[in-house]
Amino acid sequence: MIPREGLVSVSKAKDRQFVRSPEQAPTEDIHDIILQLEKEGEWEVQRVPEPYVEVETKYGRKKKIPLQRTWHHKSCGQCGHIPGYSTSIFWMNRKLGFDYLDPTDQTSCTAWNYYASATSNAAAQAAVAMRNFAAAAETTYYPIIHCGTSFGHYKETRHQLIHSPELRRQVRGILARLGKKFVIPEEIVHYSEWVHVVRDKIADHQVRNLSMIRATVHPACHYHKLITEDAIYDPEIYGGQRSAIITATLKALGIEVADYSTWFDCCGFGFRHILVSRDFSRSFATMRKIEVMKQEANPDVTVTHDTGCVTTLDHSQFAARAHGRNVGIPVMSDSQIAALAMGAHPYKVLQLHWHSTDNKPFLEKIGIDTEKAWREFETAVEALKQGDKQYLTWEDADAESVAAPSAHPEPALH
Amino acid sequence: MALDLSGKQYAQVPFEEKQRLFNEVKADFRFDEYLYGCYECGVCVAACPSARFYDFSPRKIAQTAAREDVDLFYVFLNDSIWDCSQCFSCDRCPRQNSPGGLITVMREVAVKNGLASAQEALEGYGRIVYKIMSTGTQVSPDMLQPNAFPDWGPHVKEISNNLDVWRRALPPETLHTTETGWAVDDKTVIELYLIWHMTGVMDIIKEVDEGLFMILQDVMEERLEEAGYDASFN
Ligand code: SF4
Ligand code: SF4
Repeated sequence: MIPREGLVSVSKAKDRQFVRSPEQAPTEDIHDIILQLEKEGEWEVQRVPEPYVEVETKYGRKKKIPLQRTWHHKSCGQCGHIPGYSTSIFWMNRKLGFDYLDPTDQTSCTAWNYYASATSNAAAQAAVAMRNFAAAAETTYYPIIHCGTSFGHYKETRHQLIHSPELRRQVRGILARLGKKFVIPEEIVHYSEWVHVVRDKIADHQVRNLSMIRATVHPACHYHKLITEDAIYDPEIYGGQRSAIITATLKALGIEVADYSTWFDCCGFGFRHILVSRDFSRSFATMRKIEVMKQEANPDVTVTHDTGCVTTLDHSQFAARAHGRNVGIPVMSDSQIAALAMGAHPYKVLQLHWHSTDNKPFLEKIGIDTEKAWREFETAVEALKQGDKQYLTWEDADAESVAAPSAHPEPALH
Repeated sequence: MALDLSGKQYAQVPFEEKQRLFNEVKADFRFDEYLYGCYECGVCVAACPSARFYDFSPRKIAQTAAREDVDLFYVFLNDSIWDCSQCFSCDRCPRQNSPGGLITVMREVAVKNGLASAQEALEGYGRIVYKIMSTGTQVSPDMLQPNAFPDWGPHVKEISNNLDVWRRALPPETLHTTETGWAVDDKTVIELYLIWHMTGVMDIIKEVDEGLFMILQDVMEERLEEAGYDASFN
């Protein structure tokens, strides 16, 4: 054994100070390049509308996150299969009194044809992105991206456009033929970044006590691994060593965030795997994520901020349970948890009946009478079936008592 | 299944053909950004989800491309790249490589050249490509059919049984659709078709799935013509 005094003293990571400084960033500042290209007449830049909040990204550079006048670039997976995800985002905007636009002049990013099947190419992907950005700019509302993959893919596309004059020329030509402006947003913003910057406002409007809840967090790969710099980091959260996204929001709502060793692992979605190699997605989601969370943190809920992650982590648990595996953690988005905190109805707004893993114990723990809430939803559905009305409105969504709990709830603790 | 790296299975393929495909990958404008060399450190493998469940290694793929080992490259191009989850956990690479990005480029080359392995990998995937290219949204509510997702449990059946009324029970007006994720304007879809047309995506589809190409062509031609465009993709 080497005597202790013979060892060079090395300070532990927790004792060290990491000071982030944009001057020492290993990357270029894309803001400078985007604006320089605007000066050179290469494109227009859509500015983040005021009021905005400035946050820091990985190397300490500033990023502007708009509060309102947002153009909601929806996610096909959220809208199609977990529609309470996007509904919760819109519901919060309304509750906070923010002006927003839910456009129909929007396609998905079509990144499924890029990451899954490769039946596209960089020019097509960039043209799809720039068409959507042009559509947003026409309305003067600012794009905010619901899907983690669309967000990551657009960051990647922006990187390619910045560095390839040829790609810019080609895509500018395509946009011109569509009669569209060639315009890029000053920042590419993910909706969870918006949730992050309004977390204190959400907490101000909080009507449900969540302090008895323990949650785990799954940060989406395409949020923080694609163009790694452009994600929100905060020295107060994980010492600035991981993205602060979701965790800061949950903490603001009084939720205990528990750590687990495989936090960096992906969810197992895999794009083509979730559809044609489903055994991989199921196995990875349950064995590398859910079971590890269960064993190491035993949370009431796991919270993530992307379409594929909610889908894979949630739906994969059914088959694993049939095999007697240690699973059973409800999965929700940060927007759903935040809306729930603000009093949203679990079925009319969060639309939790589209989710798979049993979330009733979680809801009961925060004091929601799930049977009553479900009856309220069913009554509303019955009215639609009878033809009394065609659609559930925002007013209907807020009509029931369960959606408007007392300001000082006394949740049933189990 | 163990990956056969001997290359014997592709001994019949002329070296020139393998070289041509490698050159196509190398000529892509993203290649230099995605591969700077390789320390052979294995950091990418440690982070890689696919490496845990398949005989798959982003290190070997990056290393092979960096060494320009054309025979081995051809093995990966056919037998390995479709295992990748495209999660980009491997972007942790200390050499600043993106093995996942390299794989994206390799997949595009495999598809564009109509390799049999790419066609096989995309089998059963046509309806997804069709949906996204023809409607502009990919994951539609009506995809939730119990026979498509038997392992997701009985609630899929409940959703599909109640699909129409549960969609109408969504407060956002854009979400009352069942065949698309949200309501997309006709004009928007037409612009999307024009993008596929102008960027050569229809040619890619033709190479990899002739049947799908014909169906898409039919759908697009009709709508483009209605909108006053000449829509022959031939
Ligand atoms: S992108 Fe592919 S190679 Fe890279 S870590 Fe993910 S699965 Fe592995
Ligand atoms: S992490 Fe990078 S340098 Fe290390 S083996 Fe993988 S590709 Fe090579």
